[in-house]
Amino acid sequence: MLRFIARRLLETIPVIFIIITATFFMIRFVPGGPFTSEKAVTPEIQRNLEAHYGLDKPLYQQYFDYLGSLAQGDFGPSFKYPNRTVNEIIADKLPVSLELGSISLAVALIVGTTLGVTAAVKRNSWLDYVSSSVAMIGICVPTFVLGPLLVLVFAIQFRWFNASGWYLPIDRVLPAATLGMVYAAYVARLTRGGMLEVLNQDYIRTARAKGASVLRVIFKHALRGGLLPVVSFLGPAIAGILTGSFVIETIFQIPGLGQVFVQSAFNRDYTLVLGTVILYATLIITLNLIVDVVQVWLNPKLKFE
Amino acid sequence: MTSLSPSADRLPSAVPTPDELEEGSSLWRDAWHRVAKNKLALFGGGVLIVLTIACVFGPLITEYSYEEQDLNLGASAPSADHWLGTDTLGRDLLVRLLVGGRISIGVGLCATIVALTIGVVYGAVAGFFGGKIDSLMMRIVDIMYALPFTIFVILLMVFFGRDIWLLFLAIGAVEWLTMARIVRGQIMSLKRMEFIEAAHSLGLGTRRIIFRHMIPNVLGPIIVYTTLTIPAVMLLEAFLSFLGLGVQPPLSSWGVLIKDGAEKMEEFPWLLIFPGTIFSLTLFSLNFLGDGLRDALDVRSSKD
Repeated sequence: MLRFIARRLLETIPVIFIIITATFFMIRFVPGGPFTSEKAVTPEIQRNLEAHYGLDKPLYQQYFDYLGSLAQGDFGPSFKYPNRTVNEIIADKLPVSLELGSISLAVALIVGTTLGVTAAVKRNSWLDYVSSSVAMIGICVPTFVLGPLLVLVFAIQFRWFNASGWYLPIDRVLPAATLGMVYAAYVARLTRGGMLEVLNQDYIRTARAKGASVLRVIFKHALRGGLLPVVSFLGPAIAGILTGSFVIETIFQIPGLGQVFVQSAFNRDYTLVLGTVILYATLIITLNLIVDVVQVWLNPKLKFE
Repeated sequence: MTSLSPSADRLPSAVPTPDELEEGSSLWRDAWHRVAKNKLALFGGGVLIVLTIACVFGPLITEYSYEEQDLNLGASAPSADHWLGTDTLGRDLLVRLLVGGRISIGVGLCATIVALTIGVVYGAVAGFFGGKIDSLMMRIVDIMYALPFTIFVILLMVFFGRDIWLLFLAIGAVEWLTMARIVRGQIMSLKRMEFIEAAHSLGLGTRRIIFRHMIPNVLGPIIVYTTLTIPAVMLLEAFLSFLGLGVQPPLSSWGVLIKDGAEKMEEFPWLLIFPGTIFSLTLFSLNFLGDGLRDALDVRSSKD
């Protein structure tokens, strides 16, 4: 297992390196810099600004300087927020996005597996149809439709929640429900399929024949195998939740890193864009690696090759 | 004698009778029967046909144009004059939805074609050559699966202008991975089939084997996954448009309309509800049609 992890990590490093390099040069070759939108700046000030941020140096020099500071964990100063470093902004905003993401993932897993297991155990009953319909709605109604609709009904009509903001614990409900719903739907479908397959296996029949109760059969015997498809879906789900939060944070006015990323891209805030892209990419790749390890660890049929 | 025997194929006088033609297409006929039994898939297909016709021809026959403003009217609720109401500038929402649908469906189709082309060629090459080339190519696909592509599409759209052609390319360039895997898997298993071996031993050329025997046999899975790629592509387009990065005014797509509606839903909820419903209905139909086709053609997604 350690060798598997080590090999995958070795593979990951060049990928992240390519991402850093590609993003760095892509941003630099684009017309218009971070200071072009500012009100008429005299050429002198422009030069001073560029000198201050090292933009007057040759490109390769800037690239190596950037790699150097990255190696020390320093993402550099932000271009648009003059007194703040990218590290500070990330430290400030990332926890919000991570909180939103974790709650949404929890919603997705809890709701999804419950629906899926119920549907599989009570196959072709009304429970099955209800949970399949809920799952289908989750898949077909995108977050940017569902979110505003939930606000319209529960915040504006019934006034149970605030329409936007991120202050009280109750403010987490609508955003997390919106973001989690889509993935709950996929999880429910996968759980149902996985459970149906497992419930037909001989060892389940044996367990039943030996007199194990339905609940014991489900939790002790079937769930581990039945949830395998869900585990392999976790990688894409995590990536989807992290990028999906760009939209959720916009709808609900949540001060997270997703909003910062979209804004910084509009503002051409080079260092902030680079920092967030590198962070997101590393995060997603790392989480994928963890999911892969867990997957092999859970499934005796797979081996760490 | 069956219509598949080579002698009947080659004889110029042997024009196939309708009976024979039908026999030859029995795989597709079976599939059609199975789709026809699937009510949801049929419903999905019907909705898509109606929507497409409405989007293409609808704007031609109404008295309103999609950019014609009526500031005296402003936002009005659905009425006999304006079936789905008007937006804050007094523009007819129905016409705007239909015209927006042209863009959404158009982007969906074009970007899917891009994804389809890349995916099929990539997968076919990997599957056909196998060995080291294949494992290298598929390792690349595995790695790319783990990348946050949405982020790169956003970067592309921001930095290189929000050009609609770039949108097709960017989305298409992201959505081909699954198609490549499917096609490769199919080609791999086809290669081991006896009729391909027979074709080889009969001395057929590589090109003829690929085009005459391989491609027709992977057509089923390709059709299924094309149907399922379209909703994914349309979703990504709407996602970008919602963030203000996709289709730009004066053009509009369903994503743009949903974004506008979400901003004004407090006073004018119909501006959100109608575009949201139409878009969800389209995704719903495409997904059910795709699922129905998958069951009918009995396609399994496989990694190897």
